[in-house]
Amino acid sequence: MLANVTLGRSAVDDGTNRKRAWLIITVLGLAVAGATIAYMTMNVRGSWSFVFELRSRRVMAMTLVGGGIAYSTVLFQTVTGNRILTPSIMGFDSLYVLIQTVIAYFFGTSVFSNFGPRGMFLLDVSLMIVFAGILYKWLFGRKDSDIYVLVLVGIVFGAMFGSLTSLVSRLIDPNDFVTLQDRFFASFGSVDKDLLGIAAVLLVATSLYGWRLTRTLDVVALGQSHSKNLGVEYHRVVNKVLILVAIQVSVSTALVGPITFFGLLVANLSYQLLGTFKHRFTIPTAVLLGVLALVGGQLILEQIFRFNTTLSIIINFVGGIYFIGALIREAKH
Amino acid sequence: MSSSPTKLDRAVDSSPTEGSGSVSNPERVRRWHLVVAAIGLVGLSLFSLFVGVSNISFTDLFSGDEEKLEIFFVSRVPRLFAVLLSGSAMSVAGLIMQHLARNRFVAPSTAGTIESASLGILVATMFFGTQSVMAKMVISVLFALLGTLIFLQLLRRITFANVIVVPLVGIMFGGVISSVTTFFAYRYDLLQTMSAWTNGDFSGVLRGRYEMLYFAAAATIVGYLFANRFTVAGMGESFATNLGLNYERTVNLGLALVSVITAVVVVTVGAIPFLGLIVPNIVTMSLGDNLRRIVPVTAMSGAAFVLVADIISRTIRYPYEIPVGTVVGVLGSAIFIVLILRGRTRAS
Repeated sequence: MLANVTLGRSAVDDGTNRKRAWLIITVLGLAVAGATIAYMTMNVRGSWSFVFELRSRRVMAMTLVGGGIAYSTVLFQTVTGNRILTPSIMGFDSLYVLIQTVIAYFFGTSVFSNFGPRGMFLLDVSLMIVFAGILYKWLFGRKDSDIYVLVLVGIVFGAMFGSLTSLVSRLIDPNDFVTLQDRFFASFGSVDKDLLGIAAVLLVATSLYGWRLTRTLDVVALGQSHSKNLGVEYHRVVNKVLILVAIQVSVSTALVGPITFFGLLVANLSYQLLGTFKHRFTIPTAVLLGVLALVGGQLILEQIFRFNTTLSIIINFVGGIYFIGALIREAKH
Repeated sequence: MSSSPTKLDRAVDSSPTEGSGSVSNPERVRRWHLVVAAIGLVGLSLFSLFVGVSNISFTDLFSGDEEKLEIFFVSRVPRLFAVLLSGSAMSVAGLIMQHLARNRFVAPSTAGTIESASLGILVATMFFGTQSVMAKMVISVLFALLGTLIFLQLLRRITFANVIVVPLVGIMFGGVISSVTTFFAYRYDLLQTMSAWTNGDFSGVLRGRYEMLYFAAAATIVGYLFANRFTVAGMGESFATNLGLNYERTVNLGLALVSVITAVVVVTVGAIPFLGLIVPNIVTMSLGDNLRRIVPVTAMSGAAFVLVADIISRTIRYPYEIPVGTVVGVLGSAIFIVLILRGRTRAS
């Protein structure tokens, strides 16, 4: 379906679409800038430097997370050739939390003093690449990969990783567990500041690398047989994308914890806004939408409604409803 | 109302079963199956009675040690009953639900029923405080019923009812409801309280705190008495109506039973995920899907499954306990994945 839309649209009105895409990207960019400035300056009382430092750390985390999730979701959906499956729905972010917990179980708190938070993070990310790869190959390696079966299995895997995480975290010595708890259950309220720097480096590096693949990905979106005919080394591209996705999912989960439906929302919204599936446009639009949704959403919740840290709950509510709608729509075809 | 009209009985006994591929054989569930299952269950139950932090042996019961006797009758025996009652009731609820939705992957945990019941408890707690057990139960039953009805309405919108899409929509629907629950729990500072019923746990079961589960047992027995009607209803609306069944009323009765069972279990011990899904599936796979015959086996298997999970949860990190919901969550989701993938290879 994805492929047909791409071909049909781009053949007919490529020029107008391109203009429209640039317009959308510019407007979104301005909106992100506006939301960021508003978030940084609204209702500042007391020490400026303190507020500035706290808020800039949060804005940075939200930018990285929103952008990372959006970016990885678009790439993942291209490779899997559908619009309802995302890394989070496949259970990748629960997998990351599980890996973290299992490492802590086997090595105890000493792992933090030996490796330091950054070393520990890199260890998690490398294991994540391996296990996310295995999970992906195992599921997609089957011959008749019905998309609904994959989504259902992915969701149940996510539930299993969640249960395993709480099982393993209860097996950890209760004293150790208390010291680890802070680090493990990240949220928008408590962003891990030790990880911000390395998270930024990893995200920027993977994003730049992914940007080089955009034209190849436009071909990959046509499906395995078409892209092979057109001379694309399909499996190599898929493997590269999977590594990128695993890294980006790890980074965003490490910073603020899992937000299941966020990627689904921003990726689909950007396809709908653009009317094209060219990655040159979909990636920046989705990334800007992601950042805007988080910064703008947090701005509205914190400063206007005076709520705190309920953003991911609201995203899951809206995303869940959107997902049900998408399923019902798709199932009608 | 007579529970088993003879016309329906004959229809059920002579009709081939649809779905799981196995042809129903009237003598498939033999008496010795039940006897073996019952002996296994009694053995497990006895074992469960003597597992725990304070060491109670069989002879202690006759030596007149008052402290040990008290622990035995205030904690161990009620716990065993709670496990057996909730395990069997949830499994039978899942079995009824499968037939009503005509989909083997639909159960209280994949139709939003458990999540709606939780939301009901939260609402009851917000308005009547944490102590009002009766209010919690009534409101939770109503919410469970309403949530399941909404889910069934959603299903009607899926014209092409893929066996996988239905539970998928149900799980998502449950997720949406639980995000509403979390939102309000967060606003009213009830997150801590809420965790008591979102994850099943038998460690708090004492004499005087589990007796509500007998409501679930009663609902299970009613389900057994009306089993033939649910079997017929599971053959589809027009077919059931042709056989003289009041389809609408049967479906409503089934939903009411499922809601009562789910709400009572969630209120007293907390949610036990995937239980109503996997137990009926495994039983149906090996014994066909004539409800009347497999209800007893399903009830016993469900009880045994939860009993094993409860023993694991008490011994894996001895002397600490792990909530049984977590153990069942791991086992249940793994089995569910196998069921989905197996179902697919068999279909192709």
